Amino acid sequence: MSAQDLTTKANELVEEFALFDDWMDRYQYLIDLGKELEPLDEAFRTDDYRIHGCQSQVWLQPVPGTGTVSFKADSDAQITKGLIAILLRVVNGQPPALVAGTDLAFLDQIELKEHLSPTRKNGLDSMIRQIRLYAGALAAQSTRTDDN
Amino acid sequence: MASESGTISADRLSAIRADFPTLSATVHGEPLVYLDNAATSQKPLAVIKRIEDYYRNENANVHRGVHSLSQIATDAYEGAREKIAEFIGATSSREVIFTKGTTESVNLIAATMGFGQIKEGDEIVVTEMEHHSNIVPWQLLCERTGARLRVAPITEEGELDYNEFQILLNERTRLVAVVHVSNSLGTINPVRRIISDAHGMGVPVLLDGAQAVPHMKVDVSALDVDFYCLSSHKLFGPTGFGILYGKEALLEALPPWQGGGDMIEEVDFSGTTFNELPHRFEAGTPHIAGAIGFAAALEYVESIGYDWIHDQENDLLHYATSVLSGIDGLRIIGTAPKKASVISFLLGNAHPYDVGTVLDRMGIAVRTGHHCTQPLMKRLGVPGTVRASFAFYNSRSEIDQLAAGLERAAGMLG
Repeated sequence: MSAQDLTTKANELVEEFALFDDWMDRYQYLIDLGKELEPLDEAFRTDDYRIHGCQSQVWLQPVPGTGTVSFKADSDAQITKGLIAILLRVVNGQPPALVAGTDLAFLDQIELKEHLSPTRKNGLDSMIRQIRLYAGALAAQSTRTDDN
Repeated sequence: MASESGTISADRLSAIRADFPTLSATVHGEPLVYLDNAATSQKPLAVIKRIEDYYRNENANVHRGVHSLSQIATDAYEGAREKIAEFIGATSSREVIFTKGTTESVNLIAATMGFGQIKEGDEIVVTEMEHHSNIVPWQLLCERTGARLRVAPITEEGELDYNEFQILLNERTRLVAVVHVSNSLGTINPVRRIISDAHGMGVPVLLDGAQAVPHMKVDVSALDVDFYCLSSHKLFGPTGFGILYGKEALLEALPPWQGGGDMIEEVDFSGTTFNELPHRFEAGTPHIAGAIGFAAALEYVESIGYDWIHDQENDLLHYATSVLSGIDGLRIIGTAPKKASVISFLLGNAHPYDVGTVLDRMGIAVRTGHHCTQPLMKRLGVPGTVRASFAFYNSRSEIDQLAAGLERAAGMLG
């Protein structure tokens, strides 16, 4: 996996969303992507895994042991869940160091950036920070392992 | 498509809408449909111009200078206090304390009552439908003093369970603090009866009037209420400004709260003496433009008239209730017989956040979430609601747009 893959995946999403010229269709597609998200085990829908972002609840579970970034997540709001699906599609399977440093600028091109504002109260902004944090920790861990 | 109701002249409504520049805004390319008036109201040109005029021509600090401009600013500022006192029916402007808003008004009473008036074992009665700003200050006071917060329950319809409320009143009760109109449900509480029953026990009453004054004439003397809190920004005035009304004798009995300039008479390291009411509770340079702008808002409201406001909002509430009830799967939360123009609802199993987001794409502004009433949401067993709240400048056609938006949202989120 490389930066190329992350960019490719992001571009794929941008192209998919570009197929719709109506916002309703874009949102419908977003909601559909959320519905296809791999389910999060009920055991992880707890406060320990909850991202505190106000109105919609978001749970994020880092899946250990793969060496690359791997998350499962869920939300009780459909639009938030769709946004999660997009994010995970891009970051899952990527090298941790890459994810820790990405700015996820592609969201701008899908015209969904507005949802990522820290004041949007959907928890997405906090989730991205949490993803970067986990990825950063994972990257540091693998560096230490390499040193040994 | 519904026509405007018979009592409301379409011409008058469009003239009124023209007074509010924000109502002409577009959102995502759609004309704004502003149905979030319980969060804050839009501002009429009369208020915007008055504030601009103050900053352009009259700006100076108040109560300070010997110079003419300071006197002009002071006259405008204290003139605003007179206007506000008259508007709410206070006996004197000494009973009108300027604050940042309802929240600060409640906090002022909660903080100052904690210095001797409220003690361990005393009780303060609130209801299950309070805004957090009429819960948390009392919780803090209880923690500090060992007093106890008693909570009067509500019914499934969102009305105060009056029998239970009465049972809570006892010889330990030191204060009843109740919301006049619920921000989440629109329920209008029977405040006259509450005040009369509390006074019967010798207990003073504080009313959170933030959501009442935009909809109805409030006369604090006629109500015989002891403390009344309100916010300018819900009543077409600027943000960051509000009122604590208190009966003079009760305010006199309270110690000073925040210390600073303006609230003192004489400062000496051996001891400080304090200013008279109302200035004793107003430390620091105040929100001068806020007071002046708010007075302009009150004049504007008077020019419209509460009778007209009532008729228009009543029409909107009933129209919206009937139109929204016709939407498949829509459940109205809060069905008290006496309501202000606020409708909370859930759309099928859709998350309020999703509904609000989809409506926003159509230019329709509503509030979603718990509305700062988490205990109420828990009581009603809902995570939150979608809330549409109407002002007199809203129209039936905007409600039709809301209904159409909800039908589309239901299609997407179903």
